[in-house]
Amino acid sequence: MDTGYTAWMLASASFVLLMTPALAMFYGGMSRQKSVLNMMMMCFGAMGLVGVIYVLWGWSMSYAEGSVAGIFGNPFEQFGLGGGELFAEDGSIVIDDGLPLIVDVGFQATFAIITVALIAGALAERVKFSTWMIFVGLWVTLSYFPMAHMVWGGGLLSDDGPFASIAEPIDFAGGTVVHINAGVAALVLAVIIGKRKGFGQIPMKPHNLPLTMLGAGLLWFGWFGFNAGSAYDELDVAGLAWVNTTTATAAAILGWLVIERLRDGKATSLGAASGVVAGLVAVTPAAGDVSPVGAILLGLVAGVLSSLAVGLKYKLGYDDSLDVVGVHLVAGLWGTVALGFLATGEGLFYGGGVSLLGVQIIIALVAIVFSGVITAVIAVILKATIGWRVSDDGESSGIDLSEHGEAGYDSGVIA
Amino acid sequence: MKLVTAIVQPHVLDDVKKALEAAGVHGMTVSEANGYGRQHGHTEVYRGAEYTIELVPKVRIEVVVADEDATPVVEAIVGAAHSGRIGDGKVWSVPVEDVVRVRTGERGTDAL
Repeated sequence: MDTGYTAWMLASASFVLLMTPALAMFYGGMSRQKSVLNMMMMCFGAMGLVGVIYVLWGWSMSYAEGSVAGIFGNPFEQFGLGGGELFAEDGSIVIDDGLPLIVDVGFQATFAIITVALIAGALAERVKFSTWMIFVGLWVTLSYFPMAHMVWGGGLLSDDGPFASIAEPIDFAGGTVVHINAGVAALVLAVIIGKRKGFGQIPMKPHNLPLTMLGAGLLWFGWFGFNAGSAYDELDVAGLAWVNTTTATAAAILGWLVIERLRDGKATSLGAASGVVAGLVAVTPAAGDVSPVGAILLGLVAGVLSSLAVGLKYKLGYDDSLDVVGVHLVAGLWGTVALGFLATGEGLFYGGGVSLLGVQIIIALVAIVFSGVITAVIAVILKATIGWRVSDDGESSGIDLSEHGEAGYDSGVIA
Repeated sequence: MKLVTAIVQPHVLDDVKKALEAAGVHGMTVSEANGYGRQHGHTEVYRGAEYTIELVPKVRIEVVVADEDATPVVEAIVGAAHSGRIGDGKVWSVPVEDVVRVRTGERGTDAL
């Protein structure tokens, strides 16, 4: 066993796990006061359920041998992490290239958890907690695990897939699997579930921006595990990914704030926090495959694009409450496609021709269609059966009270 | 006796308290208030979406004073709360028929 490598991966897994409570803070601060706990509970609920499902059939569907048409692994091949690849017959832990494979299970589980939690931001303040939890189980099984298998587990969108004959697709740490996947799901759900009561008519402003800033800061910290950890034992690439993660994110803050200053007259704290996330999302697929200067361009454009995109929901009339589409889908798509230009050695700007760009666009489109169709089917079935929405009264009085029987704050002396 | 009520900007509370102490006022009630006057609140922008915030946070300060103290107290408050900008607030006084100190049962100006 390579102790340094193993310790690094355990640390990375822990960093990534921190991202979900950080996301709960980021989203919680952006919710209204009467909805903060429900928003956080959607994230913690995802942690609970996906954390269990992952060891039961998640790892097996993502990485086990016995791929079904290159779309997903056999869920029973290593159900409950049995079946031999992770543990030897005598029960000892299998070590591969210096890393105990069980450590990779932990690392990958944290990706599944955060991806599902990301979707929650589009559904803030109006969805039954029970329906959300059932959705979490179905979606992670039918959309996330297959996507992880297709991209990272040797499936259709991986280096071993059919598109690799044109150029080897790049998704360093989850542009398609995490951000396009979650972003498309968010868009589809927002459309199917419908708007919050009073959307576009009454103010639904963030209730606690310091909490949002803290969440964004902790997300940035956790993202080092996400991106640098995805280099595995190539620690030189991990270093590059770390620097690019910081560089792109820093540039995205600037991009978002410049747009705000020009458009609205003021640079805002919510803009800075949002720029952080847009930059982190955009650099995710690219972290180990662009230069630090490329990362500046990547992040800057991501900040500008996402800042402009978050206004689309008002123009198009869908209620993506906390802008999962504007930030994760748009920046995720940009990061994935931008690799076609910016990937060192292979991108257009490096004389690599259009083949990588074409492949990146293809895998992005396949991810959009796959995630969109799966999410729509799950969402429509849940809508027709148990229903998505809380009662009108519950929504008006506050989903924290109606769904959880709790209040985030005691707002007066007579509590 | 008069009840003097002031609705002022939250950040002037300390200055108003000092001015009232200097004017000989020994007690007051302070509460949070929300409202708007002629300016109709202000505009905030979140991720490009503009919200008109009509109900602006203020503090309400209430003191009961003897009739002859009412005018100097109102002037003390106005002097401390004045910035000249929109949203400085309002101060008014109304007659009070009687006051009882709960602890001792004293009435009228003795209870102030």
